[in-house]
Amino acid sequence: MSSTILVFAECRDGEFKRSTLEAVATARRLADECGGSVDVAALGAKASAAAAGLAAYGANRIWACDNEALDAYQAQAFAAVLASAVDKGSASLVLLPASAMGKDVAARLAARLDAASACDLVDLTWSDAGGLSGTRPVYSGKALVNVAVAAGTLAVATLRPNVFPLPDPDPSRQASTETLDCSVDVAALRVRIVRVELPKEQELDVAEASIVVSGGRGLKEASNFSLVRDLADALGGAVGASRAVVDDGWIPHSHQVGQTGKVVSPQLYIACGISGAIQHLAGMSSSRTIVAINKDPEASIFKVANYGIVGDLFEILPALTKAVLAHKNG
Amino acid sequence: MKLLVCIKHVPDTETKVAVHADGKRLDPQAVSKWVASPYDEYALEQALLFRDDAGEGEVVAVCAGPQACQSTLRTALATGADRATLIQDERFESAESLTRAKVLAAVAKREQPDMVLLGKYGVGTDEGTTGPMLAELLDWPHVAAISSLTLEGTGFTAARGVEGAVEIHAGTLPALFTCEKGLNSPRLPSLRGIMQSKKKPIETLTLGDLGLDDGLLDEAKLDWDGFELPAERESGRLIEGDPESASTELVRLLHQNEKVL
Repeated sequence: MSSTILVFAECRDGEFKRSTLEAVATARRLADECGGSVDVAALGAKASAAAAGLAAYGANRIWACDNEALDAYQAQAFAAVLASAVDKGSASLVLLPASAMGKDVAARLAARLDAASACDLVDLTWSDAGGLSGTRPVYSGKALVNVAVAAGTLAVATLRPNVFPLPDPDPSRQASTETLDCSVDVAALRVRIVRVELPKEQELDVAEASIVVSGGRGLKEASNFSLVRDLADALGGAVGASRAVVDDGWIPHSHQVGQTGKVVSPQLYIACGISGAIQHLAGMSSSRTIVAINKDPEASIFKVANYGIVGDLFEILPALTKAVLAHKNG
Repeated sequence: MKLLVCIKHVPDTETKVAVHADGKRLDPQAVSKWVASPYDEYALEQALLFRDDAGEGEVVAVCAGPQACQSTLRTALATGADRATLIQDERFESAESLTRAKVLAAVAKREQPDMVLLGKYGVGTDEGTTGPMLAELLDWPHVAAISSLTLEGTGFTAARGVEGAVEIHAGTLPALFTCEKGLNSPRLPSLRGIMQSKKKPIETLTLGDLGLDDGLLDEAKLDWDGFELPAERESGRLIEGDPESASTELVRLLHQNEKVL
């Protein structure tokens, strides 16, 4: 069952995110298990220039599509170019990060190739019969589904960030580079990104961060969110929030964790003043380590927490921020 | 202007998930209420706003699902949709996104709308793939999970939140959009709307009526071969002490035991 696995290397401003590296490393593991090889598609001039670095994570061959018109994401063009990389390399599986861009292009690609589509996987292995077996959360994490793709069926799968292991890069590895024809007429396509607005202060996204500190109603008022921000800053993490405080307008919806917000699975999740409604638990209970800080010892959040502190947020958060800074500096 | 809104019939988000006896799917007995997927409400509202702003046009609600979807479509009509189409087949309950997209593509080809709107995903399966797949099958542009959308003639400008940034997309219709929470504030059906909806038609079609092979719904490229509830997390430990000592102890545990600091 030797096969080629193609990875879409998501590139923003010439850099590959950790989720892309995780996808390459996962492809390497799967390829090693079946005697296959790993292709990586780098779309755009910037991505092509940076793609050689992906050899260290396990790429055997880089499909470089050195076209400046593809430096900006365009779903139709990207799906067309990826489909040609699948065709040229006879790939049987395409892996993409389950990021905004990865999920978007994966869907179009699956339709274009008439392939099986497996979304937001948290586990992916070969099955005994030579097909693929994956696991994905559904109902916002209230349940897990095992999905299976039969051997011989082309599959497109997206991998949830921060879940698949990322081994240390091996700089001795080499990859070949081949040019992929990418004469897509992007100008003829009827939509394009005209600009990208960055928030005034660049913030880490909760869905990508390896540490998330979230605040809820227990903070009592919007201005007290600074206590959560201070702790997140000290930890180098992102700021999350419960639905209740987003609905009250304390913080934008992009920070909301849970059903109708973002599903996150960071290495460390700290819930501050969040009681743990089922919608919130669904969005964060796959985090590796969970810490809950709440004044109510009966709060549901403690049922999923590895560590809990019962007490006053207004005393504990500043003390914890101080302890984190002391640890980092000492 | 004709606007096609695709609505998915899903278990209410308050559903306490239970496993079906076959071990492969949600137990439908556990579902007390089926509703339009919450994000689809933003899609319907956006279509109604465009129609009302233009002072002309037609909003067509379409649902691919079992007979029970009639009630979901009736609500869409009461909210303001002009007419509704149900592609009725019990097998849609377990249909994958690409199959749904193929069926909806046949509907779109028949209706020839200027715009197709959907929610950013159907809650439950949480995939968000049907919209972009449908756009690909139609060879249309799409913008997914939009937080704003404005029209000028046949041109549009849409905003979409991505990790840590907002992308502004510009293009021309016909196009497909999937809608994020916050795009608008969905209205509720009015009493008058409910009365009027009783006179509005719900067309019921089969796959054959759309020129599709009836076997399409028996195919699956991806099998669900297990459905389970996540393992309960082991109960953790409470850290006692005053704020300073508890914080110091927590940092030590996160560093030494969990290796996350």
